[in-house]
Formats: sequence, C-alpha cells, structure tokens
Amino acid sequence: MSGKKDNGRYAVGLTVNGARRDVVVQAGETLLDLLRRHLRLTGTKCGCEVGECGACTVVLDGKAVNSCMVLAVQADSCNVTTIEGLADADGLHPLQEAFLEVGAVQCGFCTPGMLMSAWAVLQENPGPTRAEVTRAIAGNLCRCTGYQMVVDAIMQAAKKPD
Amino acid sequence: MSPKKRRFSRTWLLGRPETRVDGLAKVTGEARFAGDMDESDQLYGAVLRSLHPHARVLSVVTHEAVAVPGVVAVLTADDIPGSPLVGGVIRDQPVLVTDRVRFLGDGIALVAAETEEAAQDAVERIGVEYETLPVVDDPREALEAESPLVHDDGNEVVHHVVRHGDPDAAFAKAESIYERSFTTPRIEHSYIEPEAVIARPVAGGGVEVIGSIQNLFSTRRALASVLGVALNRVTVRHAVIGGSFGGKDDVMTIMACRAALLARRCGRPVKMVNTREESMLESYKRHPYFLDYRVGLDGEGNPVAMRIRAVADAGAYASTSPFVTYRSVVQAAGPYRCPNVWTDLYAAYTNNPYTGAMRGFGSPQVNFAVEGLVDEIAEDRGIDPLSYRLQLAYKEGDVTPTGQVLGGHVVSLPEVLNKVGEPSGFVDKWWRYRAARSAPKAFRRGIGLACSYRGVALGAEGVDAAAAMVQVQSDGSVLVSSGITDMGQGAQTAISQCAAEVLGVRMDQVGFLDTDTSRIPDSGPTVASRGTIMGGSAAAEAARRVGRRMLDVASEITGYSAGDLILREGGVWRSRVGRRLQPLYLSFEELAGECFNRGRSLAALGWFNAPPTSWKEDRGQGIAYFTYVYGANVAEVVVDTETGRVRVEEFWAAHDVGKAVNRQGVTGQIHGGVAMGMGYGLYEEFEVEEGKPKALNFDEYLIATAMDVPKMHAIVVENPDPAGSFGQKSLGEPANEIAAPAIVNAIANATGRRIRDIPAGLERVLLGRKLTRSGPRGSEAARETSCKTGRGHT
Repeated sequence: MSGKKDNGRYAVGLTVNGARRDVVVQAGETLLDLLRRHLRLTGTKCGCEVGECGACTVVLDGKAVNSCMVLAVQADSCNVTTIEGLADADGLHPLQEAFLEVGAVQCGFCTPGMLMSAWAVLQENPGPTRAEVTRAIAGNLCRCTGYQMVVDAIMQAAKKPD
Repeated sequence: MSPKKRRFSRTWLLGRPETRVDGLAKVTGEARFAGDMDESDQLYGAVLRSLHPHARVLSVVTHEAVAVPGVVAVLTADDIPGSPLVGGVIRDQPVLVTDRVRFLGDGIALVAAETEEAAQDAVERIGVEYETLPVVDDPREALEAESPLVHDDGNEVVHHVVRHGDPDAAFAKAESIYERSFTTPRIEHSYIEPEAVIARPVAGGGVEVIGSIQNLFSTRRALASVLGVALNRVTVRHAVIGGSFGGKDDVMTIMACRAALLARRCGRPVKMVNTREESMLESYKRHPYFLDYRVGLDGEGNPVAMRIRAVADAGAYASTSPFVTYRSVVQAAGPYRCPNVWTDLYAAYTNNPYTGAMRGFGSPQVNFAVEGLVDEIAEDRGIDPLSYRLQLAYKEGDVTPTGQVLGGHVVSLPEVLNKVGEPSGFVDKWWRYRAARSAPKAFRRGIGLACSYRGVALGAEGVDAAAAMVQVQSDGSVLVSSGITDMGQGAQTAISQCAAEVLGVRMDQVGFLDTDTSRIPDSGPTVASRGTIMGGSAAAEAARRVGRRMLDVASEITGYSAGDLILREGGVWRSRVGRRLQPLYLSFEELAGECFNRGRSLAALGWFNAPPTSWKEDRGQGIAYFTYVYGANVAEVVVDTETGRVRVEEFWAAHDVGKAVNRQGVTGQIHGGVAMGMGYGLYEEFEVEEGKPKALNFDEYLIATAMDVPKMHAIVVENPDPAGSFGQKSLGEPANEIAAPAIVNAIANATGRRIRDIPAGLERVLLGRKLTRSGPRGSEAARETSCKTGRGHT
C-alpha cells in the first residue's frame, strides 16, 4: 500500500525487473517519472505524455501499459518490467535478437516500447498470428521503419522457444 | 585462414544485410538519447513563447520570475552577447525576439532554474505587453502588393525561375492543353523523440553542446555567432537521435543557442527538453504548396510545353526555403521530356509556423502535382499510365528543363517503372479495376503508379564535400568517424561498411565514433540523402590511404610487390580481384601490429568532393545536380465508397540506389519512406488557422500506425554510379517522395475521382472537397458587423 507522507508525497513500493524498489513520489508523478527520474531507468522513453505514442510502454502485472498514463501511486505493490529487464544473464531475449537480425531498429526511440508491447503479447499468446502482432503494436508509433520489419521480427521471435 | 587458392569477388561485405553498429544499445535500452543524459549540477531551461502569431512586443517584465525560488537566471534578447539572429541562408530568425513576434513559436525570454517546475513557474510569471498586428496566413495573399508585411523588406523570400525554350509558341500549336491546380499540406516531421539538449560552459567563453542535433556544423556556426566566440571555442556533438527526417536542424540550432546562453550566464550546465506540444508548436514543418500546372500536348500525347507556377508557404522565417524551392524548380516538370518549360517557384513569408527541410525537400509537392496530371492525361488518352510514362520518360541523352543532358550514369527510369509494373500486375489490374467502377459495389479496388527522378546530394545549392577519419589500432581494430550524422537512418553502419570494405575487415572489428565538431572537419549538413555517397566515399578514401600504407609494410615483410597484395577477409593475400593467386598467411591484426612497431601512421583523413555543378539563377539553367536517382511506386488500394475510407493493401517500391551498401538498411528506408508518404497522401495535415495550430500532439495529428500500413515490397535496383566510391547514390528521400501520388492515382483508378488536394481524407474521397467552414461563424459575423458600424458591445 502506498503511504501518504508530507507535502503531497507518497511512498510507493513495487517490483521493477524482479527487484523490490521503494520510492517516494509526488502525487502527480507518473510511473514514467518514477522509472526515469527516480530509478534512472531511462530505457523507457517519453514521447507525448498523452498515451498516444507508446514510447513509454512497460509491462505492468502482465499488461502492456503507457507508463505516462499510470500514476506512480497506482503502481504500488505492482510488478513492472521495463526494457532493462528484458535481457537476462544468458544474454538477449529472442525478441531483442530478432529485432537486430531482421532490421526492426532504426532510430531506436520507439524500440523499447515496441519490444515491451511485443513481449506482453507473446507472454499472453506465444503463437500469435501476424494480425494479432500488428494489433499488439498498434499503440506504438514508429516514424522510421514502416512497421513491416518490426512485425517480421516479432513473428520470427515467436517461432523460437523462449 | 584457408590455404586454398582463392578468387575474390569484386566486393567483400558491401551489399550484404548488415546489423546496425548501434543496434545492440538500442534494443537493451542502454542507448543514451539527449533527454536521457544528466549532469550532476545541471539547471533546467524553459522558454516563454509568444501568445500572438504577429505582434509588437512593447515590454517584457521579468522581476516576478526572477523572484521564484530556485530560479538562477532570466534572460531576454538584451542578454545576447553576439548576433541575436540566426539562419543558414538568410539570417532572419531571432534566438529571442527583440521587438516583434512573427509566429507562435517565437521565444521571448528564457529561464534557468534548479528544477523543471521552478523554470516553468517562472516562465508563467513573465509579463509581456503586446500590440497585435494583422496576421498574414496565406502565402499567395502575402505576395500581393497590399499585404501586411511579415518582414520589413517584403514578403517574398525567394523567386526561382526556369526558362527553357518558348512555351507560349508551343502552346499555340499544341493539340490539347491541360490546366490543373494542386495543393499539398503542411506536415509535421513527427520524429518520436522530442528535441533535447544540454549545454555546458567551458573555459575561454565557449560551450560544449550535446543534443538531438541533425546538422552539427550549422548549429556550431550559429552558437559561435550568438555567443560572439570563435568556432574552436564551441563543440557540438549529437546524442543518439530519435529520428529527424530533416526536422532537427534549425529548431535544434535555436534550442542549442538558448541553452548555451543560459549555461554561459549561470556558469553551469543547462538541460532543455521540449514537450510534444512545445515541439509541434515551435518546430518547422514541410512547406504547403499551391501549384498551377499548364501542359500542352502534341497529337501523340507528348508534352510540348509546360508553364508551372507554385507558391510555397515559408512561414515566419526563411530557414531552408530558398533551397527547398530550388529543388522544386529543378524537378517540377517531372521526369518527362518536354522541350519548352517555364517554371516560377515562390516562397513567401507568413505568420504561420516556419517551414524548412523535411524528407523530400521540395520534391513531394511537385511530384504529387505532376504525377497526378500525367496519370490523368494517360487515362484521357486511353493509354494505361505505365505505358504512357514509358513513352515520355527520360532516357540517356535527354535534356532536363535546366538544360542538363542526362548522362554519365544509367538513366534507369524505364527499368524502375517495369520493375514495379511487372510484379504488381499493374497494367492488367488498372484496366480491370477501371472497368469495375461502373458496378454498384461499395468497396472498389484501384491501382496507382508514380515515378520520379531526383538530383543526388546538395547540387548547385552549395559546396558539397565531406570528411571521414579512419584509424587502425595496433591490435587491428578500427575506429571510423565522419562529419555525417546518424539520426536513425543508419549512416554509421553504412559508412563503417565502406571503410571495412576497403580494409577487408569484418564489421565487428570496426567501431564508429559519434560525430564531434572539434574532432572532424566540417562535412556540411547531413541532408539531401547525401550521407552514404558523401560520408561513405570519404571513409573509403581514408581507408584506402591507410590500406596503402599497410600494404607497403606487408610488401617489406614478404618481399612481394604491394600491387600484388590485397586486404580481404581479415588478412593480407597475394592476390588480385578476379585472379587466382597464392594466399599469404598474414592477418590484419599481425600487420597492424607490425605497422605500429615500425612507426607507420595508421590514421588518415578522407575528403570527398562532389563532382561539379553549375547554376545560372536568372534563367534557371545549368548542371543542377551531378547525378540523379530514379524510382517508381505502385499502390493497390480498396476504397469504401460509402465512407470515403481508403485502405492501402499492397505497395511496390523500386529505387535505383546505385549500389546498396547495407541491403537491410535499404529495405528499412524504403518501408519507412512509404509509410510516411502514405500519411502525406491520406492522413496528415498540420492545420493552422489565423496562425494558430489546431493540433499539438499525436492524439489529433495522426500518423500511420502498424494497422494502417500495406504489405510493402522493396525492390532494389543497382546501377553503380561513377560518382560514389562504390557506385552508391541516394535513397532516404526518394523512398518518401512518390508514395502519395501513387496512392491518390490508385483512388482515381478505383473511383474515377481525381483528388488534387491532399491529404485524401474521407471527405475528399467521398465528396471531392473538404468540409471546412468558409467565412466566419454567425457570432463572428455579427461581431464584425457591429465593429464596422460602431454599434453594439464587446
């Protein structure tokens, strides 16, 4: 439970990329602020702050969310995975490998959010159709790639065992 | 190394699909964009922008802002030590305005504070007294004699002409004449990363700036001039850049200057990051054009005369308008033979957001017009649009409207046309869908074609040269740097490949250093799709210099002549391209170590000068560009004739790139260009009313999503050009410039309706016009009446 402190500040406890984190935030701060400002996890990007571009996508209790649209206090007691949590000690996640191999990365600003949306859909549905993958990233704007190689990469990763 | 005899192919790793050198950091979240960077003692900068699109600024009162806790400095134009004005072509844009605002994005004052919140709070406490001036919002009206002036010396930014032959005489003899008008929208670059910069004061009155900066050297020039210091006191670097598309040029120069002014005043680093709303408000856009075409044809349908007049909205400041319209005037007649062409291209100041470089740079507008017109003529003449274009298309030896004879390279227009025409089944489908128009069906299919020729690099716009540095380390690893910026397009990878190709090393042996203006010579701007040809050729030159020195040492070691040795596959071989000779067991690493031990320099600067161009401005004649690229696109669409909704289902794009350096990068550029061009054709318009933008974020400014894009086929055509080190030319802009006309021509094939104003939204597709209110609302009309008669109350 988030605890109210002085001056409109709140204590938030949550799990980020498998580690328990305790943060004191302002009432108006978002989960994106919590990650970028307080935890210095800058892999999650800020593109529009109105929930339209998807650059700030993280996975919150199994669902891909725009972290700019979630108040930090709402993430109390939640489990959050960000781009920094995608690779593990064994190396890159198959999605990350596929993005590199296929050429789904250009400027890279949308890439973390795109990967998290992809990761969320594959968690839920390991064998998605192309249409399902396309729908899963419909909330992630990309101005460089035209999306085709992004979808190709996610389809390629889906065929590999996780 | 294999001891077998080897026959080497012409290229080593060029043309392969190569993983980006910056890719790993981008998939792990480790890549540092400017907004991700912080300095421990940094301040936050904020800007007070104008409330009016056109007004005199009578006073600026800052004492309340200064008193906000945490505020360190509040600056106005009076605090600028050097020139307050910047501008790459015409120096007309204020870093901070002195006495007059000309668009809503103009900055009036700056604040630096300990927190973003304090900076924003202080900005809101700055008092400004305005006296509003009449708003000029139509570039055609701006050019009329009675228009209010946006700049005191007149509203005309530039008027380019092309005068080739005698159109009037030819029109008099023409069999038929077409007169058509077209409009194209103002659009937003929509890079997903908003602008960000950090400026740090350094000893000697200078600054170091790092940011999402496309053109480091032009930003450096402006910084030196605004601060009143020499170029060597200013260092500009780019962070990882989250897309640019021409867009992070002037707007970043202004932002960098503002942060630098604050940093110098405060003696501390200053960070500035735009919100999306600030970005859309302040950043420049693609020019809206108003185009009038008149074409006369002979009995065979060949154009014999063209008169073209186009007016571009430059907005409040000149930015690159003189160059954007230069490309338009050169390419306005399209890639079609016509002996008599007169073109007039104007850009005019208005109080709208200023316009500048955006992917295409003056070509998407004229391509939309001429491709729509040619398509319409073909249909009227009962010829399919592919065959008609093949009839008119440039071939080697043809003369362009600027008097340039096309040659010295393969004029591959017929080839690219056929390479989209065949796999798409264009001709057959075009006739079938046309015949099906009469059937009473809600969903109708259509297929459309467009093509273009495009001058490579800057052309006669300016000096065209670039540098790259190659340094081989004593362990055989290689460092490459260049004055060309990677904004996401993959320049670092392509330029590294050019160096690796010459040195015969693997890509994992090459590291690329981010561009730093103090460590590499001014290489001009990274614009005009010139990165691969200019930066890549410079890197190849640098690598050749180092490679020759290395082969000299190899010759000393082995006793074989250096001319019989080759660097390939990470080693030295006694061989030549295409000849079977004995291998030699000396690795690149061993050779590098030997060179180091013998005190040989393994660093070299490569410098690449573009071949010459020429231009006579009074008649618009000359060698406008040293070479050209050719492209053709086919779009297949389904139109819902009950709603006007258009779905682009499949897309074929063929582009002659000269030589594909990174095949994966080429495909990515084509896909991204098509998606962006589709937005231009169907969705995107940055609407401005009375100088005020109607949308400032992605909730209302719509770009294509993954759900919108068609299945895309990238068709790579390679006719190596003698100009580039390996024959490489251009792609970034060609990939973007003809998608919109291909789609709109497909809509015409489906519906029979020719849309000459884009974007082709629901209303234009369904009704043939856009539903916008014309004239003032009732309440406004009543107010205007009461003002005129002096009665009523406000």
